[in-house]
Amino acid sequence: MSRVSVVAWNTFREAVRDRVLYNLVFFALLMIAAAILVGEISLGIEREVIVTLGLSAISLIGLLMAVFIGVGLVSKEMDKRTLYAVLAKPVRRWEFLLGKFGGLLLTLTVNTAAMAVGLFVALLCVTRSLVAGDAAVLVAVYFILLKLALVVALALLFSCYTTPLLAILFTTGLYVAGLFVGAMRNVRSDLMAPALKTFLGWLSYLLPNFSNFDVMSSAAHGRAIPAALALQNTAYAALYCGIVLFVAAAVFSQRNLK
Amino acid sequence: MAPAAIEIANLTKDYPYGFLHLKKKRSLEGLTMQVEDGEVFGFLGPNGAGKSTTIKLLMGLIFPSAGNAKILGKPISDIEMHRDIGYLPEQPYFYDYLTAAELLDYFARFYAFSATDRRERVQRMLKKVGLETAGKIQLRKYSKGMLQRVGLAQAILHDPKVVILDEPMSGLDPLGRREVRDIILELKREGRTVLFSTHILSDAEMLCDRVGVIVGGKLRGVGAPQEIIGVKAHGMEILFEVAAEKAAGLPLAAQATRTGDRYRVHVEEEGLYAALDQLRAAGARILSVTQMKASLEEFFMSLVAADRAQASAVEVSGK
Repeated sequence: MSRVSVVAWNTFREAVRDRVLYNLVFFALLMIAAAILVGEISLGIEREVIVTLGLSAISLIGLLMAVFIGVGLVSKEMDKRTLYAVLAKPVRRWEFLLGKFGGLLLTLTVNTAAMAVGLFVALLCVTRSLVAGDAAVLVAVYFILLKLALVVALALLFSCYTTPLLAILFTTGLYVAGLFVGAMRNVRSDLMAPALKTFLGWLSYLLPNFSNFDVMSSAAHGRAIPAALALQNTAYAALYCGIVLFVAAAVFSQRNLK
Repeated sequence: MAPAAIEIANLTKDYPYGFLHLKKKRSLEGLTMQVEDGEVFGFLGPNGAGKSTTIKLLMGLIFPSAGNAKILGKPISDIEMHRDIGYLPEQPYFYDYLTAAELLDYFARFYAFSATDRRERVQRMLKKVGLETAGKIQLRKYSKGMLQRVGLAQAILHDPKVVILDEPMSGLDPLGRREVRDIILELKREGRTVLFSTHILSDAEMLCDRVGVIVGGKLRGVGAPQEIIGVKAHGMEILFEVAAEKAAGLPLAAQATRTGDRYRVHVEEEGLYAALDQLRAAGARILSVTQMKASLEEFFMSLVAADRAQASAVEVSGK
């Protein structure tokens, strides 16, 4: 077992023992309530409502976990000084960082997968059968996971050099800004100075493009999601995470612990 | 002659402070010393003297502003060196959601021991630190002393050649301190090098081949404990017992601190025999005669006072 996977497994174990996965109970209750309510209303849009509500809940719960646990991954270890004994072992700082990232990603994957199962059960209860178009829901869940990986990487980066509160603000701020990347690129040139438009154009390529991961509407309506988009999003998330983690490792490797 | 286990050369650490981190506070200044292979070395100093800073520098937890150090001939920046080093942080805190056995198993995985070896090591270490019956209890339920023992177990889990312990007796009851002392002595018998920091004189006297005294970030002396601390012996303390009616005419009793019929008096070394004669003549029962040494506190205070005097002299000449 590599040193990265040792740290990752322990991070996952911490999340499980700290009852982080209890949020699944909340999700299950939400899905049950939604299924009952949608069954009562029965306006012919049951599928859309369940899928939209389910994916929104998966995304929101995942984001909360990614941001709040993500910023604590390193800062909590530094505050409590649990990190000291680990770094006294033959563990490189980047290995520790990558392990923490992997551990939280594993937690989020398990959590998201469990919620996706819940969503499909609710969908089955409401529509009585699954159709081929429901595969789009799976792709949407996968995109949420890619988005969460990016958020965790950003949270980890900020937690390496600032306080948890500021790390939360920076991560959330970047996430919100990243939702508007598409709008930044498509802004009309007659509405602003050319210099500002150029600046926004550059900024839009620097910011993480979270708008690309949002396929909720397609999934809700059972429209197929192109394989090219799945590939593009996977490559984008991997590259962006790689760069962010590389910078985080560089910052953390120079950091004096308290 | 075997090369030194730990070589420290001109190690300096400045901490930036202020809003823009432009000001610097020096917490360790040009530390140069060696810890020989197989010796137990005590690092003595009051709080804030630079002991933990030195140890953190050696462990790569913080980075030096100047100077360098080697452990077992390898620079401290070499992570592979950590295979042969054990470290107990000051006031250790570990993942409290794990049991002691799980924590030790987690640390053992970093050394790629086999599963059988890991299990055997974990059990052996738990037994060594007296936690074999508490190995399956989560660390959040552990007392400070028990955490210290777990810390010690994880420091020696992988049979390191050099063991660095930051305040290992801190927070332990007398029994726990005794056990830690025994473990340090056992490590010495096994031929390992031990560097530990402390501000408890008796621990240093009992365990160390040599001690280094650090005050205000500067090393003030290195040598055998008796040489470094014992040089300040000053006077004798006599404990005696005498009936109240006889004590009335006894000059020594007037100077002494009284507890019931017992008196404790402090005399100069040259005046000891005269004082004893006086007590014998008065029919007093002499219970003990002890050579007075400066307490560590006094010893440190004298160094701190000298340090402050020097600092203010520099300030005055600077003005």
